[in-house]
Amino acid sequence: MKETPDNINFAANNGLLDRRFFLKAGLGVGGGLMSASALSSEGKDRFPWMKQPGMPMGQSGPSRFEEHIKREGVGSQPGTTGSGASRTPIEYLDGIITPSRLHFERHHSGIPDIDPAQHRLVIHGLVERPLSFSMESLARYEHVSNIQFLECSGNSGAMISPKPLQRKASNLHGLVSCSEWGGVPLKILLDEAGIKPEGKWIVASGSDAAMMSRSVPIEKIMDDAIIATHQNGEPLRPSNGYPMRLFLPGWEGNACVKWLRTIKVTSGPSMTKDETSKYSDLRDDGIAELFTFPMGVKSVITSPSLSLNLTGPGIYQIKGIAWSGSGKIKSVELSADGGKTWAEALLDEHVLPKALTRFRSAWKWDGTPATIMSRAIDEKGNIQPTREQWFVGRAKNTFYHFNAIQTWGVNTAGEINNVYL
Amino acid sequence: MFTSKITKIAVNILIILIAQNIFADDVFDGVSPQLGVVISDDYIEQIDFVVMPSGDGLPGGSGNAVTGKVLYSIHCMACHGPDAKGGINGDLAGGHGTISGPIPKKTVGSYWPYATIIFDYIRRAMPYQLPGTLSNNEVYALTAYILNLNGVIGEDELMNAQTLPKAKMPNSEGFIWAYSPSE
Repeated sequence: MKETPDNINFAANNGLLDRRFFLKAGLGVGGGLMSASALSSEGKDRFPWMKQPGMPMGQSGPSRFEEHIKREGVGSQPGTTGSGASRTPIEYLDGIITPSRLHFERHHSGIPDIDPAQHRLVIHGLVERPLSFSMESLARYEHVSNIQFLECSGNSGAMISPKPLQRKASNLHGLVSCSEWGGVPLKILLDEAGIKPEGKWIVASGSDAAMMSRSVPIEKIMDDAIIATHQNGEPLRPSNGYPMRLFLPGWEGNACVKWLRTIKVTSGPSMTKDETSKYSDLRDDGIAELFTFPMGVKSVITSPSLSLNLTGPGIYQIKGIAWSGSGKIKSVELSADGGKTWAEALLDEHVLPKALTRFRSAWKWDGTPATIMSRAIDEKGNIQPTREQWFVGRAKNTFYHFNAIQTWGVNTAGEINNVYL
Repeated sequence: MFTSKITKIAVNILIILIAQNIFADDVFDGVSPQLGVVISDDYIEQIDFVVMPSGDGLPGGSGNAVTGKVLYSIHCMACHGPDAKGGINGDLAGGHGTISGPIPKKTVGSYWPYATIIFDYIRRAMPYQLPGTLSNNEVYALTAYILNLNGVIGEDELMNAQTLPKAKMPNSEGFIWAYSPSE
């Protein structure tokens, strides 16, 4: 590893370097020399894979050396296989786009095998003209495409545990993903159907076996809701709602009904099972809040993180993801001393509203115990709360919309643990 | 000669107008190609499962807890346990009065705000392995049984489109809206 200059400037205590450290230092940092054995063992200067033509074209899977990067924490309700969740392996990813095969899942009665030729989207209820749309006809409508996150409001729910659970970043915070979502603005279809003046909400229902349903206010629908048909350039994967889903930028994932079949315009919410008994937020006074739609400002350090241990003192890249349901990320601050001093992280170029934003910084670990944490601030001035602040006013075992600061503890061996301060 | 020139100008103007119209459609700008097919009331009846807390959307039919108890043992008990407690998939009864306490226990009876939700959810999604196989009478009966287990109604009380919305859940006052339309 390249030597650090002696006159190095620290941006905060306990080794946090200037966020542009890597840029300033050039490409030499972290390079190192290849070991002699890796250079050649049998041929003069060819690895085995250089001695014959490679695999045929048309392979689409990841390298066999990366097969451990798969959805984590796959679990279903007892007696079922498709009623549960799986998580995005955020600790192994970089950038802001979640590969579709790794997008988190939350289903309520399995993944339906929908024939798009038979599927119809029906808009009915308080409209002038109840309408049915085929996939073929929807393809002729104006499409929009935006890079936006989707987060289950149960994400990070394990963080309410009284004692910190020793789980990987994915198993704590992996119910968030970010995709380029493409489809038809729902406003166009509702304008075509003609909303009656008393139409104030919609009830969206899926064509899964549970006919999952959620009520959504008409303001959101007419603002930026889309009927998503594409994810990262290809048709939606079945696990993300093929052939179409409701997508509500910045709002809790459960309301973005997959396998969307019907939209009924109503005068009020239907008070479905999910929006009342599940995705409601119980306060400590026994009153529960309904329709807590937007996802709060949040960040997570994905590396170093539990299971990605440090291998010795020296310079490391700290990186992670930040997002807010209210707009763009304005800044992410990092601390390596448990929140006493903070330094600003570098944000990657793509800072988009309601999208994952990648942050990075450099850190010189001196081999002593450290606590590293990140804190995001969005363009509306919302600041990611501490764990203590998050609990104020909430019932003890409510876990939806957990967006508090996460702390990773580093011990002298370089092992990472989930810690509470 | 003169008239043919006029005609030529008129045709040109017409071509320009048509072209502008085509291009105007080409730049979408929220313009719909109007491809939605108007559907009949009969068709809507087949696909509309939405039930409102007012009872709007509830179908005909009825049932009580006595019938519901028998149906429950056949279709529900394996996952939800005897008397809707202690099953592998969540209690549907009990937990009353715990919601404002130190360890809130959310069940249908202790937490759910409206009785209509029970009907709506059973009709949509249950039994888990065979959704859509219960008649409306059976769904009303199962709903009545769950309500009766939670002390909301008596075992002979008939639940139907008129009576179900009036069944007052114990925690019906326990909710407020975080969303306000003016936001």
